[in-house]
Amino acid sequence: MSSALFIEQMLNGLQFGVMLFLMAAGLTLIFGVMGLINLAHGSFYMVGAFACAAVAAATGSFWLGLAASLAAAAAAGAIVELLVVRRLYDRDHLDQVLATFALILIFSEGTRWLFGSFPLYLDIPPVLAGAVDLPGGARYQLYRLAIIAVGVAVAAGLYLLISKTRLGMQIRAGQSDREMIGALGVDIRTLYTIVFALGAALAGLAGALVGALQSVQVGMGEPVLILAFVVIVIGGIGSIKGALVGAILVGLVDTLGRFLLPKAFALAMGASQGATVGAALASMLIYIVMALILAFRPQGLFAANT
Amino acid sequence: MTMSRETPINLVLAALLFAMPFAALALDEPFYVTLATHMAVLALAAVGLNLALGLGGLVSFGHAAFFGLGGYAAGILSTHVLNMQPLLTWPLEIGASDQMPVIWLVAIAVSGLVALAIGAISLRTSGVYFIMITLAFAQMIYYFAISWPAYGGEDGLSIATRGAFPGVNTAVPLTFFLVCYAVLVAVLVLFALVRDSRFGAALQASRQNETRLAAVGIGPFPVRLAAFVLSAMITALAGALYADLNRFASPSMLSWQMSGELIVLIILGGTGRLFGPVAGAMLFVLIESVLGGLTERWQFFLGLILLGVVLFARGGLIGLVAGKPRHG
Repeated sequence: MSSALFIEQMLNGLQFGVMLFLMAAGLTLIFGVMGLINLAHGSFYMVGAFACAAVAAATGSFWLGLAASLAAAAAAGAIVELLVVRRLYDRDHLDQVLATFALILIFSEGTRWLFGSFPLYLDIPPVLAGAVDLPGGARYQLYRLAIIAVGVAVAAGLYLLISKTRLGMQIRAGQSDREMIGALGVDIRTLYTIVFALGAALAGLAGALVGALQSVQVGMGEPVLILAFVVIVIGGIGSIKGALVGAILVGLVDTLGRFLLPKAFALAMGASQGATVGAALASMLIYIVMALILAFRPQGLFAANT
Repeated sequence: MTMSRETPINLVLAALLFAMPFAALALDEPFYVTLATHMAVLALAAVGLNLALGLGGLVSFGHAAFFGLGGYAAGILSTHVLNMQPLLTWPLEIGASDQMPVIWLVAIAVSGLVALAIGAISLRTSGVYFIMITLAFAQMIYYFAISWPAYGGEDGLSIATRGAFPGVNTAVPLTFFLVCYAVLVAVLVLFALVRDSRFGAALQASRQNETRLAAVGIGPFPVRLAAFVLSAMITALAGALYADLNRFASPSMLSWQMSGELIVLIILGGTGRLFGPVAGAMLFVLIESVLGGLTERWQFFLGLILLGVVLFARGGLIGLVAGKPRHG
């Protein structure tokens, strides 16, 4: 195995992790501030991808599509918060699970209604097409590197937003004592809508970015949503830092596991059987890692005050 | 703890479900026999989850794992019988069987062991962590099932002939319905017995006030673990029947949508109520078949109905009819 191939897989894992972070950051923020478990977060991912693909197809510009994905996902998030989610904050988790499960059905079937059952395709923008040479002789897709850069920028932006701005101060206050910040005159309802729309926009951004790598189709959000759950459980629910560490960990473990385990088992057990066992084990690997982490730290790596 | 207001409703539901296949045959609509069997089996699966979720407050979002394990137990045993392969060759040779009681035992034993492992880790957490972890474990089993080619992988496993039951012919739809119905009734009796036992009291207390339960000298963890395992076993039994009903063990039985559907059944009917899952399953299958006949987009409207139930009709169907639940 060449080091170039290994570097490529590492970067793939990093890119996957960054994408998971965009999903997990919104989920963990929404849970941390509002105490809401939102299964419909994967739907915003799908909305972002469809908005980007549709606008890019109509205008020929990926960048307009990207802007549309942010706007559409944020708008969908705000509408959902105002109409439905707002009524769920003081309900138990069971009601939240069921209501947001119902939202998934509505969003998925609604999207199928609008766009049909066939997947849409989104092209990588010409500026980011092609590959770049990396030290060590590896070549890597420029677009994937750009996704990693976007993820790093979003992480930095969220850090600044939460630690340096007035809105961030209100979010942090909301996490530690909801009633007190309401009593201090902060319009808590508007704050909740903003946080929910922000989380939805991040999910929509992730969907649009990944949409250029895979096909854009109904149901694309839920597998990612479940991985994002694994991420925030590992990282500690409510913690953005935990979401970042958890996302990179899950991205790397999953990608490298799928790359290395079949090879390792093939060495030990012979090519065909080993590859099968390795592949089956690799598909379970992140859940095994999650179980191990939780066995020692039931509240995750960076538990917030939940 | 009397159930006076609920009892008549329960009896009506039980009678309705029992009468449905006979009415269907009388009207020469044999399809509805299968529909009734579908209701009975889904109700059974949800009764299992109701034990953990309704009585113990354990919101498991991963019960599809046990439903699917039961289904695969039926599928794998049937495949081995068909190919005349022994089930195990080491450490001792065990032959497969196509007898339903054997299939059920295997489903119950396997899912019980898996639930013991999943529960032992998941029950260290609570609240939203528990929801997500049970979901993640179910996904792990789902991905294992679709990436392991020996038993069908993504294609699932077809069951050539439905499991046999001593003395009856299960290939006859009405007979198979009666087997499923009898199992459902037996498990409902078991549920009622468990709920009213000392163990059931401890389980409900662990939901209502963990600290008080600990203060009277009962640790909540073993009580919850036992409930989780028992709940998984019942759901697995339903899974075995479901695979036999469709003559197919599908990976979709293990999917997260299935876990969600089981929760939906319980909430539609009424959480923690004895017949809640039965009412929920009957209503759900009915909605599915009526809406599905009217529009291709039935899931959209199902979503709206569910949303309406959560936001405006708390207590589910039985809650609407029988009024507020018993305290807690």
